[in-house]
Parts: sequence; structure tokens; C-alpha cells
Amino acid sequence: MIPILGLAAGVLLGLFFDPTVPLWLQPYLPIAVVAALDAVFGGFRARLDGIFDAKVFVISFVSNVVVAALIVFLGDQLGVGAQLSTAVVVVLGIRIFGNAAAIRRHVFRA
Amino acid sequence: MTGEQKPGEGPDPADDDVVVPHPFGPGGGAAEAPVEPEVAEPAAPDDAATEDEVAADEVPADEVPDDAAGDEVAPEAVAPEPVATEPAPVRKRRTRDPLAAALIGVLTLLLGFAFAVQVRSVGDDQEYAGAREEDLVRILDDLDAREERLREQIADQRSALQQLTSSDSQSAAALEEARARAEAIGILNGTIAAQGPGLTITIRDPDDEVRVSDVVDAIQELRGAGAETMQIDDVRIGVSSAITGRPGELMVDGRPITAPYEFVVIGAPESMQTALNIPGGVVQDLTRQGASVDIAPADQVVVDALRPLDTPEYASPDTDD
Repeated sequence: MIPILGLAAGVLLGLFFDPTVPLWLQPYLPIAVVAALDAVFGGFRARLDGIFDAKVFVISFVSNVVVAALIVFLGDQLGVGAQLSTAVVVVLGIRIFGNAAAIRRHVFRA
Repeated sequence: MTGEQKPGEGPDPADDDVVVPHPFGPGGGAAEAPVEPEVAEPAAPDDAATEDEVAADEVPADEVPDDAAGDEVAPEAVAPEPVATEPAPVRKRRTRDPLAAALIGVLTLLLGFAFAVQVRSVGDDQEYAGAREEDLVRILDDLDAREERLREQIADQRSALQQLTSSDSQSAAALEEARARAEAIGILNGTIAAQGPGLTITIRDPDDEVRVSDVVDAIQELRGAGAETMQIDDVRIGVSSAITGRPGELMVDGRPITAPYEFVVIGAPESMQTALNIPGGVVQDLTRQGASVDIAPADQVVVDALRPLDTPEYASPDTDD
């Protein structure tokens, strides 16, 4: 319940304040969002699996975001930022798909 | 799919954030679990409502995994299976640690915030952010070409404007010039009224002695002395005026004039007066014939008799000059 409330509140706040993303953050924010989405899907799946652990969720959330942003940052430094961010998005997307499939099995039993 | 993932995730704990508890379950998770509930339970009254909801949520959540485990997960997660029995009690006691709940709340809030912000910012300049380099180059080329065209257009319009303005001022000046010339010619030709310094000359002719030649002499003398335009008895004298008739029945341009003949002349008064009064001049001649001449200079005389304009019937302007 808390995550749903938090998400809803966050979306509302974001829409309400509508801040401009600082330039230095612009390449990393979408990646960080995708990584966090991955963590949230994973957490939801774990919850349905009955193995949710708040500590694991928090750590995985933070580390996902940081690692994803770090990878893109390193890629930027190496001149392959666009490719690496694509790679990160692909990997995270696959994981989100896997988690979504597991969630679907739980919810629809199919 | 799960078949592929599970084994991948299982052996490699570092890879997976969520399923990690399985391998760690006996280790970190189990060690943690007894500690947390103790802290959590006293804190539970803080938010009883969420507590209840969470509990309500958790019940199906607990049931689902059981079914699911029976359906699918069981065969694959053979290793986790024994572990899963251990976390089960942990699950039951999982009334949330408030710190964890707060962290989860903050993180999800941040996620929602970042999500909304990102969506908004992408919505702002989505158009070119995702475009490929070649597309961007093409767009840039298009824009350059368009800029070039627009610049040429601006230059054309500017020069057109320049021409129009200059021709406008030129034509205004030409119009002014033409108007001035028309006025000058109109005055000389007698088609418009004129005023200015000049003389009023009255020639009394009691004996009808004044002849055509006398009048013509007077006109020539006045013209020679700088008369610009004149009229005799309300008949304007122009370049082609003709004096005809006999003494006593003189006519100017076919219109009769009667004594006393009144000349109104515009020009330099002193010069004309002097010219008329020279010995052997017009005044002496007329006086000798029995007429009397009065000359009255004035600063302001009005010549307001008009001649019809002689439109040339055969001559047309020579445009060569």
C-alpha cells in the first residue's frame, strides 16, 4: 500500500511542481527511472512470491539506480554513453519483462 | 521463461535484487527476520489503518505464492522450496519495520516524482531528442536551405521597398516640380489668377484717339520692363493675345474694351513705371494724342481675369530632350 501511495504522491508532486530537469541529470534520469521501475517490479513479484524483504528492496532499489546511472556515466566518459544506456535499458527491460511475466502468472494463473 | 531465469538468478545472488532472499534466506534473511518483527510490532499501532490494509493485502499474497508454488515454481525452485518454508513464518510476522516502510515510501515517491518529471521533460522536446544523427543532419540541411530562401526573400523585399520608397520620394519631388511649373506657366499663360506687386494704369481716352498700336506698344513696353502678367479691362493678356479694332472700339482677343482702359500689371513697379515714362515712350505718345495716363504703383494687385487654355492641336511634346 505504501509503495502505491508513494508512487501516486510522487507522480502528483512531479506533475504539480513540474520542475525542469537539470542538464547534468538529463542523461541519467530516464535510466535511473527505468532501473527503479525494475526494482519496483521485482519487489512486487517478490511480494507475490511471498519473499518480499524491505531491506532487500531498499538496497536493490538504490543500488539499481546508482549502478545504472554509473554505467551510463562511465559510458559517457568513454564516449559510448548512448550505446551503454541502450544496453542498460535493454537489460532492465528484459528483467522487467521477466518480473512482469512472473507477476502475471501469479495474478492470472497463466 | 521462469525456468531460464530462476536458475540464472538462483546461483548468482549478486544479479538479483528480489529473489536474493532465497539464497540468503537461511543466512542474512533469517538472522534479520527475528530481529525485525520485534521492532516492528510495537510500532504497529502507529498506522493501524495501513497495517490492516497491508495485512489484508498480504493474505492473498500469501495464498497466491502457495498456489503458484504448487503450479509452477515448485518444480523449478527445488532448492528454494525448503527455504521457502522457512521464510513463511517470517512472512506472517512481516508487519513492517517503520524505517523500511518509510524508506520504501520515500523511494517510491522519488520514483513517481522522477517518472513524472521525466515524462514531462520528454514531452517538452521529444521531437528531436530521439532522432538519429542522419535525420538531424537532414533536418539541419532543410532548415539551412529554408533560411537561405527566406534570406533571399527578405533581400528581395528590402530592395523592392527601397525602390518603392525612393521612387515615391522621387515622384513626389517630380510632382512638386511639375506643379510649380504648371503654376508658373499658368500665370504666364493667363489660365490662373495671380497677385503681387505691380501697377494699375488708367488710360483715359476722351477723343477715341488710342489706336491698336498704342495698346500693343504699352503691352510690349511693360513686358520689356519685366511685367509677368497683366489684364486690360478684365481681359487677360497672354502670349497669343491680339489687339484689334479701331480707335474707340478696341478689342482684345475679340472682346471689346472701353475707355478708360485699365491695365493691371504684375511686375517690378519702379522698372515698369520708368519704362513707361521714358522720353518718347508710351506715356508721352499717348499724352500727345490727347489721352491721359495715370500710373498707380501698388504692393498688391490682383490679376484675376482668366484666359482659356490654348490646347495645341498639331504640336505635341518632343520627348527626346
